[in-house]
Amino acid sequence: MSKSDPQSIYENIKREARLRVESRQEKPLIMVGTATCGVAAGAMQVKEDFAREIDDKGLDAEVIEVGCIGHCYAEPLAIIAKPGFPPVCYGNLDDGLVHRLVEDFLAGDDPSYEYAMAALERNDEFPTFEDFPRGVYEEKLILEHCGYADFSKIESYVARDGYSALAKALSEDPKLVLEEVKEANLRGRGGAGFPAGKKWEACLNNGKDEIYVICNGDEGDPGAFMDRSVLESDPHLVLEGMILCAYAVGAKQGYLYIRAEYPRAVEHVRKAIEQARTKGFLGSSILGTNFSFDLEVFQGSGAFICGEATALVNSMEGRTGMPESRPPRLVQQGFRGKPTVLNNVKTFAYVPLIINKGAEWFKSIGTPESPGTAVFSLVGKINNTGLVEVPMGTTLRQLIEEVGDGLPEGSQFKAVQIGGPSGGCLPESALDVPIDFDSLHEAGAIMGSGGLVVMDQEDCMVAVARFFLEFTQNESCGKCTFCRLGTKHMLDILTDITRGEGDLETLEHLKELSEDVRDGSLCNLGRTAPNPVLTTLRYFYDEYKAHVEEGRCPALVCRDLILYYIKPAKCSKLCNVCVGSCPTEAIYTRDDGLKAIDQEKCVKCDNCRKACPTEYDAVLRLSPPVLPGEKERKAK
Amino acid sequence: MQLLKGEKEEILACVKEVLGENSKTHENLIPILQQVQKKLGYLPALAMDKIAEGLKVPAVDIFSLVTFYNQFRLNPPGKHEIKVCMGTACYMTGGDITLESFERRMGINEGETSLDRHYSLDRVACVGCCTLAPVAVIDDEVEGKVTPTRVDGIMLALEEDREDNAIEKSGPKVGAEDE
Ligand SMILES: Cc1cc2nc3c(=O)[nH]c(=O)nc-3n(C[C@H](O)[C@H](O)[C@H](O)COP(=O)(O)O)c2cc1C
Ligand code: SF4
Ligand code: SF4
Ligand code: FES
Ligand code: FES
Repeated sequence: MSKSDPQSIYENIKREARLRVESRQEKPLIMVGTATCGVAAGAMQVKEDFAREIDDKGLDAEVIEVGCIGHCYAEPLAIIAKPGFPPVCYGNLDDGLVHRLVEDFLAGDDPSYEYAMAALERNDEFPTFEDFPRGVYEEKLILEHCGYADFSKIESYVARDGYSALAKALSEDPKLVLEEVKEANLRGRGGAGFPAGKKWEACLNNGKDEIYVICNGDEGDPGAFMDRSVLESDPHLVLEGMILCAYAVGAKQGYLYIRAEYPRAVEHVRKAIEQARTKGFLGSSILGTNFSFDLEVFQGSGAFICGEATALVNSMEGRTGMPESRPPRLVQQGFRGKPTVLNNVKTFAYVPLIINKGAEWFKSIGTPESPGTAVFSLVGKINNTGLVEVPMGTTLRQLIEEVGDGLPEGSQFKAVQIGGPSGGCLPESALDVPIDFDSLHEAGAIMGSGGLVVMDQEDCMVAVARFFLEFTQNESCGKCTFCRLGTKHMLDILTDITRGEGDLETLEHLKELSEDVRDGSLCNLGRTAPNPVLTTLRYFYDEYKAHVEEGRCPALVCRDLILYYIKPAKCSKLCNVCVGSCPTEAIYTRDDGLKAIDQEKCVKCDNCRKACPTEYDAVLRLSPPVLPGEKERKAK
Repeated sequence: MQLLKGEKEEILACVKEVLGENSKTHENLIPILQQVQKKLGYLPALAMDKIAEGLKVPAVDIFSLVTFYNQFRLNPPGKHEIKVCMGTACYMTGGDITLESFERRMGINEGETSLDRHYSLDRVACVGCCTLAPVAVIDDEVEGKVTPTRVDGIMLALEEDREDNAIEKSGPKVGAEDE
């Protein structure tokens, strides 16, 4: 091989990067997780605290920011890597704990294991994350380095063989990249699971002159943040995937379409693009070859529908983001009327791994029809909230009980919502469904974006269905009558139900309307909007029935169907806590010293119930909203 | 909403600057609107007119674009911008109650700016810290567990700021409306 072949050029860059990274490893490195949620939990303060304490003690250690470590429930988080010790992760950091860690571990040699969550490398002293149930089920492919590497430096990516897939591919025929991705049966992670290789091939065959590659980072599901975390925490992985795709299909220009609400992701990606250009992984004559490709960021403007492929392209061209009927598909006529490959952030992130490790390796993970892993953001009534990655085929039960460590004490599982506004609510009986594109679809949910919300007895299924429908109704672009008016009508019905209005016929009507909207809409927003309604009707019919027939909300959520009541037998006359907690001064002291609620003034904010000391627990919610006194009166 | 003194000049200068930095193609329309909004905090009617002129597109096209996308705002943001998260996790933990509490305390509805431009109140979808639900974003700082009592605390701090301000800048700012 000559000195100017891509492999040798790459090896040189890597050698330099390794030297740089290794020189840093000689001193202790403190990595603070500063993804969006870490920052919200106070990570910046923790970073400052570390820096100050280290300074005060005159120590030589470096504090850097890393992305999402995935264990959001224990935020703020940091990893301390001190030479001679395994890297250790600490959670729930505050100034006291930081002080202690600096004093005992950095200045001294005591890793304070009593405060540690886990080590990151096998060792004889302390368990690693893999030793917990979660670690047994988790298999991190695209999240492997999220939160464990310095996202702000390309050296950190290159030193761990980043861009080696590109160097390898560039030494070979572009067809081999395509073949490998096709062979791996990589299915799109943006929701529908369309095979990426097939899409690329179609594009290649259509593209005579210009082809575009676009990464869909719109992530509109209002309860999911996987794509954001990957873009923030390991941006080069996505870039490398896109460059490989461009090489395979012969594209010269690509774009990352990133949601407006993700300023950190935009910033990190822009910086990564800049760095990749400097190193020669992007731009003209990549790694000395005659392949040229460049990337730009396009910021979305906050419309859920723009995550839909054709709407996204319209919005990039400066129009309102309305979907178009297909065909023509994007691979025939996309951005600027040219063939375009559009894939999700995660889809691209798998590509470098597949090129490096091969299709066979990829297919050995997951199921035959859905190879690889699935990434979820776990939220709701679950102990380990955060980002998780498990092989396809893992059951929902394993995901919730083992990976998520089950529900908090006092919570009883009721349902799990998967796939956001396009997905569905599944009950206990569906928990043994394996997670893959096809099984979830059969159960009535979808893989979708990867949002996963666990709900318990205090969550009302009607209210949840209404919440998602309100969202889709708001976000409907208005092009199709069924989607525009049908969802509005459905929302009105659901609102009535949450008020206890309607009867069994209303429920039947709601179901029919849902089916009409599903069948009569052009794009998947309209076609899937009824999913939350249809699945809750199917699995939680009794709950709907209680609303319309008894005017009762079993979960005690729907505010028109509950009232707040202070039970005299439980109220301690001497405690005034609830009075102060009420924002509307609805609570008064009766002549006998007991507290009571003025129902006219009460806005049902739940504050008093939370404020009432647990030993009394005197504030109750009643549904149907009838005071005990009235009940007796009625009975007479 | 009426323009404050000097605001007209500011708007004209800003649009001119942004148009100068971008090629005037239809494809650049959204980035141009984003940049202007970033500088001004919102998209005043005057700015939209000037952008329409500059790009030679009908002003109503721009208006329909701006109303289609949630990110664009037609009213000026308040001195303090409050955004309440209405994502799934926050909704389930009472985000709607939080939003109502802010509305009640500020005397405005979501999507509005108070007349004195001290507050604006909006909803956002998941800001990515569902663990801390219900979440509100106060002037770009994310606050977790925002119950109605916490709302009162936040409002108290923001009201204090108003009083300081009035003493500091008494005089010119009050009643300095554009002619
Ligand atoms: C209403 C709607 C919203 C969508 N939002 C997203 C999104 O946020 N991110 C995404 O990758 N795909 C989204 N999609 C799917 C895209 O249309 C497209 O199928 C996907 O980006 C293709 O990439 P993939 O094959 O890698 O999954 C959405 C589809 C619809 C109908
Ligand atoms: S189904 Fe709804 S969102 Fe999709 S194109 Fe039709 S109106 Fe627009
Ligand atoms: S629920 Fe809220 S408004 Fe009603 S009495 Fe309790 S604290 Fe007051
Ligand atoms: S650890 Fe919080 S964003 Fe992931
Ligand atoms: S739903 Fe509010 S932060 Fe995610």
